[in-house]
Amino acid sequence: MSIRLAFSLALASLWYRRKVLALVTLTLTLSITLLLGVQYLRTEVKQTFTNTISGTDLIVGARSGQLNLLMYTVFHIGDATNNIRWSTYQKLQDDQRIDWLVPISLGDSYRGHRVVGTSEQFPEHFRYGRDQKPALAEGEWFNEVFEVVLGAQVARKHGHQLGDDITLSHGGGRTSFSNHRDTPFTVTGVLAPTGTPVDQAVYVSLEGLEAIHIGWESGVAIPGRTVTPEQALERDLTPGSITAALVGIERKVLTFQVQREINGFRDEPLSAILPGVALSELWRIMGQFETALLGITGFVVITSLIGLIAVLLTLQLQRRQEVAILRATGASPLLIAALHVIECVILAVAACGLAVITGAAGIAALSPWLLETWGIQIGLRPLNPMEWLIIASVPLAAFLVGLIPALQAWRGSRKQGLGHVVPE
Amino acid sequence: MPDMSSQTDSPADSSAIAREALRISHVKFRWDPTQPPLVYPEITLDAGEHLFLRGPSGSGKSTLLSLLGGLILPDTGTLSLLGTDLAGLTSGQRDRFRADHVGVIFQQFNLVPYLTTLDNVMLPCRLSRKRRRRALPTAEQEAESLLTALGIPQSHWHRRVTGLSVGQQQRVAAARALTGGPELILADEPTSALDSDNRDRFIELLLGLAAEKHSSVVFVSHDQSLAERFDRQLALQVTP
Repeated sequence: MSIRLAFSLALASLWYRRKVLALVTLTLTLSITLLLGVQYLRTEVKQTFTNTISGTDLIVGARSGQLNLLMYTVFHIGDATNNIRWSTYQKLQDDQRIDWLVPISLGDSYRGHRVVGTSEQFPEHFRYGRDQKPALAEGEWFNEVFEVVLGAQVARKHGHQLGDDITLSHGGGRTSFSNHRDTPFTVTGVLAPTGTPVDQAVYVSLEGLEAIHIGWESGVAIPGRTVTPEQALERDLTPGSITAALVGIERKVLTFQVQREINGFRDEPLSAILPGVALSELWRIMGQFETALLGITGFVVITSLIGLIAVLLTLQLQRRQEVAILRATGASPLLIAALHVIECVILAVAACGLAVITGAAGIAALSPWLLETWGIQIGLRPLNPMEWLIIASVPLAAFLVGLIPALQAWRGSRKQGLGHVVPE
Repeated sequence: MPDMSSQTDSPADSSAIAREALRISHVKFRWDPTQPPLVYPEITLDAGEHLFLRGPSGSGKSTLLSLLGGLILPDTGTLSLLGTDLAGLTSGQRDRFRADHVGVIFQQFNLVPYLTTLDNVMLPCRLSRKRRRRALPTAEQEAESLLTALGIPQSHWHRRVTGLSVGQQQRVAAARALTGGPELILADEPTSALDSDNRDRFIELLLGLAAEKHSSVVFVSHDQSLAERFDRQLALQVTP
């Protein structure tokens, strides 16, 4: 009965002081939302990040570090140290153990977006997320030399539609002075948003890249040696080299064997990396930052808990008479102390509940915008054990800090006379 | 929290048949070891008798009430309520004893601000099973009839007490002290904040209702004019 009494008194007391306490609860709610939000985004971003590429067993490029190779092939950041010969690519194609190959040729750009030269193997074998295909939002994959498929972001940002003609630039960079003006490409397809670097890229055929570089062998267009699209189509457009290749292995157990052999390839120096391993190495570097962020938000929660205690201790001065009445009516010091702890925990639980609701509403409201604008794919999901732990730890912390005013009230009420506060 | 939930009766259960409301003998108490102790005279009060207690400031009136309420224990001497020696009880047992057998009215600010009038009156019945059992027919109905008897308008019953006048607050406090018919009611200058009309009405109602419930009232006041309404009177002196 006394537990029930303590709860009903605590609730009535909280409601009575709701104006002051609403502000502290709001502070606590916001800080918990922040903490949960950071934790949530952390796992979601990591998920998205590690899902940037899937289903690919090896990435093969010119000899370099695995992070560099991963960065330029998957994230389109940085440049290749060297190319690999077409003959090498063909040799890999002949290897019985290799199931499929997706050629990747980089080097050009379209208004700051990477141009990826590839083949029809790309939509066939490239996977991201949980074995998801890069789906076309509209149109179809390129068939002809001068056709291009745009990533979702590229199309959205520049307002491109099917049938638009676009001009690719030579080299990277947002503004390029050497454009392949003579050889425009026609948009035949736009990809659906994936939340990966695919959204930021432009896809053309290897032959297309070869065609626009006729007469550009020295790095710039040499007047008189460039060709019109019609002339280009009459040439042999087999590429001389590509930048990298994504490799699918027929029997997964052979992956390491194939990797070893490619790394020791005789004709030219090659590197073969396991994308999963490289991704987790990359995440380990970036993970430092997000752990620090989580730590900072943890301190924010602690700060607002201290604020809560400051307010409760101030309120305690106003509560002396109330405590005297309860004591005189027969309430034990323990009941008085329990009252304080219960109030503290109720506030914390309320703040946690509000934080979950705020967070969920925030994510639900922002996720379409995040995907559209930033290409970050974040959806609502059930809370994971780590997040439950955070939510559970807040009332627990509130219980512990609630012991401070409770202990003070307990000691005070033991020394209290009937209706009078006894001087120490 | 065994202290809070335990419903075991205190050893003072024989009190139901006690003839004696309270007995004080050779009691001394001091708050501060450097000061001379407060020394109390022999006091015996039969059940149902009312005691008027006066004395100048510093004579230990309020301290006596704290002793009678079992919030503090005398340094020497014995103090028994309803035949139970309070020194023989643990502090938890004394809290329970107070909840079961004692009603208290302060000078002012008697009410828990966040509870309604009715909840304030029923507070003792929620803290003590014994008081709840004695509140007839139910805790709520007894509280309502006490509030009616004490002239608290029904419109205030379910509202928070902050809207009540000082006189009304003191009467609500009286209702709370009376509910569940405790054997002893301790009143610490409950009329000092009231005007003379309100004061007389308050005393009359308090003593009348206490008589109905066979409760003894120990009433502390400066106001000598009230003394004649009480069976017994006692003046405390300042200890030299």
